Amino acid sequence: MKRLSCVLALMVAVILAGCGKPDFSDAEKQTIASLALSRLPPLKPDTTNRFADVPAAAALGSTLFFDLGMSRDGTVSCSTCHKIDRQFQDDLPQAVGVGHTNRRTMPLAGVARDPWFFWDGRRDSLWAQALTPLENPLEQAGNRAAYAHYIKARFGERYERIFGPLPDLSGMPLNASPLGTDAEKVAWNAMSGAQRDAINGVYANIGKAIAAFERSIEPAPTRFDRFALDLVTGAEPKGDAVFSKDEVLGLKLFIGKANCVTCHNGPRFTDNGFHNTGVPPVAGLPPDRGRIDAVRQVEADPFNCFGAYRDGDVSACGELRFVVKSAPELIRAYKTPSLRGAATRPPYMHAGQFSSLDEVVAHYAKAAPSVEGMSEVHPLELSDRERGALVAFLKTLSE
Amino acid sequence: MASLWRYLLAGLGLAALLAGILAVVYLTAPRSSRTAGPDVSRTKATDNGLFVASFAPERGVVRLGELESWLLTLKTKAGAPVEGAAIAISGGMPQHNHGLPTSPQATDYLGDGRYRIEGLKFTMSGWWQLHFAISATAGSDTVLFNVVL
Repeated sequence: MKRLSCVLALMVAVILAGCGKPDFSDAEKQTIASLALSRLPPLKPDTTNRFADVPAAAALGSTLFFDLGMSRDGTVSCSTCHKIDRQFQDDLPQAVGVGHTNRRTMPLAGVARDPWFFWDGRRDSLWAQALTPLENPLEQAGNRAAYAHYIKARFGERYERIFGPLPDLSGMPLNASPLGTDAEKVAWNAMSGAQRDAINGVYANIGKAIAAFERSIEPAPTRFDRFALDLVTGAEPKGDAVFSKDEVLGLKLFIGKANCVTCHNGPRFTDNGFHNTGVPPVAGLPPDRGRIDAVRQVEADPFNCFGAYRDGDVSACGELRFVVKSAPELIRAYKTPSLRGAATRPPYMHAGQFSSLDEVVAHYAKAAPSVEGMSEVHPLELSDRERGALVAFLKTLSE
Repeated sequence: MASLWRYLLAGLGLAALLAGILAVVYLTAPRSSRTAGPDVSRTKATDNGLFVASFAPERGVVRLGELESWLLTLKTKAGAPVEGAAIAISGGMPQHNHGLPTSPQATDYLGDGRYRIEGLKFTMSGWWQLHFAISATAGSDTVLFNVVL
């Protein structure tokens, strides 16, 4: 009985598929509408950064973002890896700053909407994120005392117009940080609590300025958005808003049988969560366990939402307050990336494991088990045409 | 000759009629095994019948991807509010092999048996389960709510 109804349903589906116009059920149309950029809500204020929407802060942040002086040896800026003409990423499997890192540079469109930052979510605000590469020995490799001195010397007036008077840095070491070299740590520990707090305050403001700039980096409408808008409003698609048969099939698979939309949901095509999808480790890189090791890091970060450098009240700290601290599914779980613009920025995954979307689709269809922890992905039968269709649809998010 | 054609026609007609009836039956029959989802009632007796629990979003609507507060209301069978309960929350998505993306907690008692459950976040549509372990002076009990989004 069940089989017969399946056969009948299949016959109806075949008949419908034979028609020229794309046919979507009401449920499918609803899902497609939920993915359209027009559904993206306005960017919420960031109460933890009271300079988040101050234009002068964003302007200073933009200067700092592109300033090679914001590194140990004057050769690396944020924009070294977050390239403005490349969706603010670098096309490399792993980012290269002062040294070679173990993670893929993330693009920045819509980054201010993330609840967690980095592939593993080891920071909980955009401004706390911006501080991390500045001191990472493989990225910008500087130290917070040096950055404070640099800001005073180079941008002192601009800084003070936004953030108020700089602290008296005379008598403070030129290089000091709790995360730096042994000498920098010794220098940091020799400072008074008030001195450390003063340096941390300037350092936090550097992050807040950069975050204010990054809030302006938002995703742009694509062919998919034009198609979705026409589908939902019932307008006749024109020009590039017309989808090919393969693109329609790919979209149907994306929101249907292939289950992509389970995690890649909403107008940014991400659930902002962390998942183990069985992506293999890269030989030669240090061990990487993803989210499970990041929770301790964000809890220990003095610039986290509970820390002394947050503006506003603690009610903004819900994500950190209710964070999952330990669960088996955090092992080798990585952030669901947005798929907007993905087709034109290989390689893919947290360490650039896959060089093409074909490889990505093949990975998800095969659903190989994870080297550690449990993959959430289930194997999927996809024909060659279906795989090609999924890739064709993904390309509409980059056009 | 003519009678043979008549029999054939009648047979064909009968077959078509049968096929039509079958199609109508199969297409309209309630497909109970496929459409019957989990029990999504928002009020139910706890597993051992100690309490009656209600679970509803504090603002009335559920929004995907947002931290939300829900209210868990606990009454005795007689309808008296259950006060001073300790509540532990767990859950996940049974079809996706993962737990909750956040660690929701009972953060406030609002009186009249109502407890505020903060830090809930539904990151995707589908079938979610929320399991409450409740401990009060009347005893301990558990209850499971299904939320289908």
